[in-house]
Formats: sequence, structure tokens, C-alpha cells
Amino acid sequence: MEKLLHSVYLDEEKCLGCTTCLRSCPTGAIRVRGGKAIINESKCIDCGECIRICPHHAKLAKTDPLSKKDSFKYRVALVAPAIIGQFKPKYSIDQILSAVKALGFDEVVEVAYGAEIVGQALKYEYHAKRYPKPLISSACPAVVKLIQVRFPELTDNICRLKSPMAMTARLIRKRIREEGVYKNSDVGMFFITPCAAKATMINNPAASEYDKYDQIDGAIAIKDIYSDLASQIGSCPLQEGIHNTTPESCTWALTGGESDYLKNKNVLHVDGIQNVINVLEEIECGKLDTIEFFEGLACIGGCVGGCLTVENNYVAKMYIQDRAKKMRQTSIVHMSDDYVKSIYNSGMMHIKERINPRSPEPLDQDLNKAIEKMKQIEILETKLPGLDCGSCGSPGCRALAEDIVAGKAKEIDCVFVLKDRVRDLSVLTNELLQVEHPTEKPLIKKE
Amino acid sequence: MSYELVFEVARGDFDTAGEASRKIKRTLQQLGVSNKVIRKVSIAGYESEMNLAIHSDGGKITLEVGEEELMLTIEDIGPGIANIDLAMTAGWSTAGDEVRQMGFGAGMGLPNMKNNADNFAISSKIGEGTKIIMKFLV
Repeated sequence: MEKLLHSVYLDEEKCLGCTTCLRSCPTGAIRVRGGKAIINESKCIDCGECIRICPHHAKLAKTDPLSKKDSFKYRVALVAPAIIGQFKPKYSIDQILSAVKALGFDEVVEVAYGAEIVGQALKYEYHAKRYPKPLISSACPAVVKLIQVRFPELTDNICRLKSPMAMTARLIRKRIREEGVYKNSDVGMFFITPCAAKATMINNPAASEYDKYDQIDGAIAIKDIYSDLASQIGSCPLQEGIHNTTPESCTWALTGGESDYLKNKNVLHVDGIQNVINVLEEIECGKLDTIEFFEGLACIGGCVGGCLTVENNYVAKMYIQDRAKKMRQTSIVHMSDDYVKSIYNSGMMHIKERINPRSPEPLDQDLNKAIEKMKQIEILETKLPGLDCGSCGSPGCRALAEDIVAGKAKEIDCVFVLKDRVRDLSVLTNELLQVEHPTEKPLIKKE
Repeated sequence: MSYELVFEVARGDFDTAGEASRKIKRTLQQLGVSNKVIRKVSIAGYESEMNLAIHSDGGKITLEVGEEELMLTIEDIGPGIANIDLAMTAGWSTAGDEVRQMGFGAGMGLPNMKNNADNFAISSKIGEGTKIIMKFLV
């Protein structure tokens, strides 16, 4: 069975059990039990919503320390396209990449390289015809997981091209192998990531798309290296000409950046996990039958809104658009159709395994028992106040009713039910106090 | 044991449109119905909701879950359908401009419902209303 790891985890010391995160979770994966938030591994899609909303910064993403690279002979940083939005356009991309290199990497490569290949290959893949329409982008791993968990019937629509990250890793590894100096195992590839979901792809080989030729050895959060980058940028040794962003791949980290590669197609691009859910619901019930390509990104603004970035997502967007505009006027970086076609036709771009649904467990494997439980849930729901306050530690009244029937919560976990019980009890206590027992002396002493 | 779920849909109620099919989908997932069947019921349910909101004066959707089949019953009060064969033709619609501007009224509702159901029956009386029964094999 597929191992369902995820990267979002809890710093127990910081968690106050405040329930703020409960309702931010689009898959209802969080409960507060014993005064601490608990994340259900099989439901978490690594969207980072709880990381963003937690007022106590108790939700974190598991990424790797920079020092992990030191165990490899040849260290490569694969830099996410979002990074160029983290610095003012007065710094060239080469300057940004040089600052990353100065952290101790032998080579720095922009994942924009893979993005250009994947972007251009989309038009071939679109016509591959094995997809039900709309073709759904696989760029955002949180959205892919969302579809597996909440929209299992749409998993066949998901594009099965590898990610720009995997393609970049593969082509760089191939080049290094061909140079013959380092063995494949000597090479350490590290993705400089804007988000938790990418970190999961890297750290969960069982669920990932890779084989050893596009292996990535770690995920380093942009925000973990940001201060080092900011202090060195412009002053560290500059290596010129190492960038490979094209005017098109420059905007890959923005919503619509991928869709722009499919010219003359009906594309719909949506960002923000709740917005993505709303549109997927319309797709699922067949309403959006004229859409040919759907790009959904979990974070507002796209990858620039990732929870491991530093710069405000709107500011980052402005920086990137500014860069793209200037690049369109001056860029000499191009990638030929023939090159992309040869890579596409080689078969190395395709994910071999199917993207399987991860449908939620039914209430019971037996239909009759499931129906019985459903009826119990509905009865319980009518007894609950319907405020969805989260004080019980479940994300809403319906969820509490489900948790009770599953044996994971009690009715008096609801503070309103508890209060009613206390009131009933005090009425009863009062009544009992009035009753004189035959063997006891009168309660009220006579003066 | 069987299970029943009822939704009322009012005319012009586009704010809550889609809610019934969303709830139906979630319920069927929890009852362990296969994804393929859920998809068909979702599409048919959604089209039903839209039809009630656009064409009827209000109606209700009833989902019944049994061991071998699921049944969706759509009953409305409304103008009825004068020519059912014509209404079942793809692309034919009586929806007004306003509704079409909202992206509905493409005339695919009834054909879509029929295509997704394993068994489809429709009856209508002019000036009274329409009743549709759809069955889906589990």
C-alpha cells in the first residue's frame, strides 16, 4: 500500500489547542485532542493552510537543513521558479543564483529549465487523447493530493507529465553522468522549495514520481536560507550566464504561468485552495464542459504564495512580472521545439504509475451498517447547536457527530451539550436537596 | 435497510445551487458507493437541481440508497413539459436569456441525466409539474 506521508507537523510545545486551524483545513484532517492539534496523515494534502493561519506558529513544514548537502561529493541546488520573486528586480537572476551557490553548492540550476520543457510539452500531451477533458495540471502537488482525496473521480484527468523539478533533476543528472567525473550516487540534488507539498514529494519516495535518475535528495525551504541569501546577494562572487529562465518560464510561479503555454485553448486557472475546491466541484458535476485545461494552485498567487516563501505574494508577483516584461525585450534564452520534442518522445517525461484515488474510508464496509451509522450521525447532528465553533476539537458539528459515531469523541465534548447536562444536573440536585430523608435530621436547624 | 435523503429546491435559487449534489456526493462516499457511480449520480443530481431552479416553481430531490440500486426522484410543481421527446433532444432548451448568460440552459440537462442513469423515466403534466425517476446500479 502507498505510504501516506506528509510534511506538515506540529510543534507540541507551541500548540495551545486553540482550534484556530481546525476550520482552515480543506480536508478536515485536524482534530484537537488532549489540548493539542492532531493531523490525520491520510487526509493531509500539505496545502499549508494551517501553517499560515496558526497564531502561535505551531504548525511547521518538515524540510531539510542546508547541512544535508555536505554528505555528497557534488552538490546541486535546484532553485524553484518562485525564488526570483523574493528579490527586487534590481538584482539579476544570475546574482540570486550566485548567492545560492555561495551557500556551498557546486552547481545551481533553475527549475525554470524543466518548466520550459514541461510547458512546451503540454501541447503534445494535450493531444495524447487518453485524458478525459479537462486535462488537469499536475503542477501543484497539494492540488493533486486534494483531487485524490476529495475528487477521486477526477484522478484520470490529471496530467501525467513529470514536474519541472523532476525533469530538471533528470537532465542535470544525465549530463553529469555523461561527463563521467561523478557517479550518480555522488551527486546530491536539493530543491530550494517554496512549499511543504513539494517537500513531501521529495521525502516520500513511495508516493513520488521518481526513479534514481531523477532523484532529489532533499528539500530546503526558501525561508531557511533567505537571510543568508539577502546578506550575500550582490556581494558574493558573481557567476554570469547561469540563468536559463525564458520570458515564458519566468512566470511559472504565478497562477496561469503554466496555462500560458497552451495557446488557443480554453484554459481556466484558479488559485487558493478553497477556490480550487469550488471549481473542481463544478468540473466534477459536469458543468464546465467547455474547459480544456484546468490549472489549480493551492496558494494564492501561485507558488509565490507558498508558505515557505518570505516576500509577500503580491509583491513577488509584481517583481516577477517586471522581470518577465524586461526579459521579453532582451532575452536571448530560447529552447527549440526540436529539443523539447526529442525529450518528450524519449518517454522520460512521463510518470509511469497511475495517480490513484485516495477516497475517504466509508463509515462501514457493510452498506447496512454504514446506513445505520449515517442515521445515528444525523440524529446526533440535530442535538448539536450547529454553530461549528470547534470548541469540541472537531472542525464542526457534523464532524463531531461523525467522530462520536466512529467512537472517537463523546457527546459532552460539545460545550453546549455539556452545559445543558450541568443545568439538568443542578435542577436535579436542587430537587434532591428539598427532599428530607427519613433517617436524617432536619436540614435546616431550628433557631 | 434503506436510506433516504430529501432536498428542497426553490425556483431561482442559484445561491444554494449545487448544495444538494455536493451533499449527495459526500453521503454516497461515506456509504462506500464506488467513485464511478458517485460521479454519475453527482452529474444527474446537479442537472436536476439546475432544472428545478430554472424551469420549475420549486420541487424536491429524493435520494434513496438500497443494496442493489440508488434512486433519484425529482418532483416539481411547474409548467410541465409539452413535448418530452423534444425536451430530451440535446441542445433544445426553453431557458431564457438571463439564465443562459449565467452559463445554464444549454439544453443538455435532460439528455445528460438520461446518459448517466442506468434507468430513466419521465412523466409530465402541463400546468402541474414533472416527475423524473433515475436508477443507478450499485
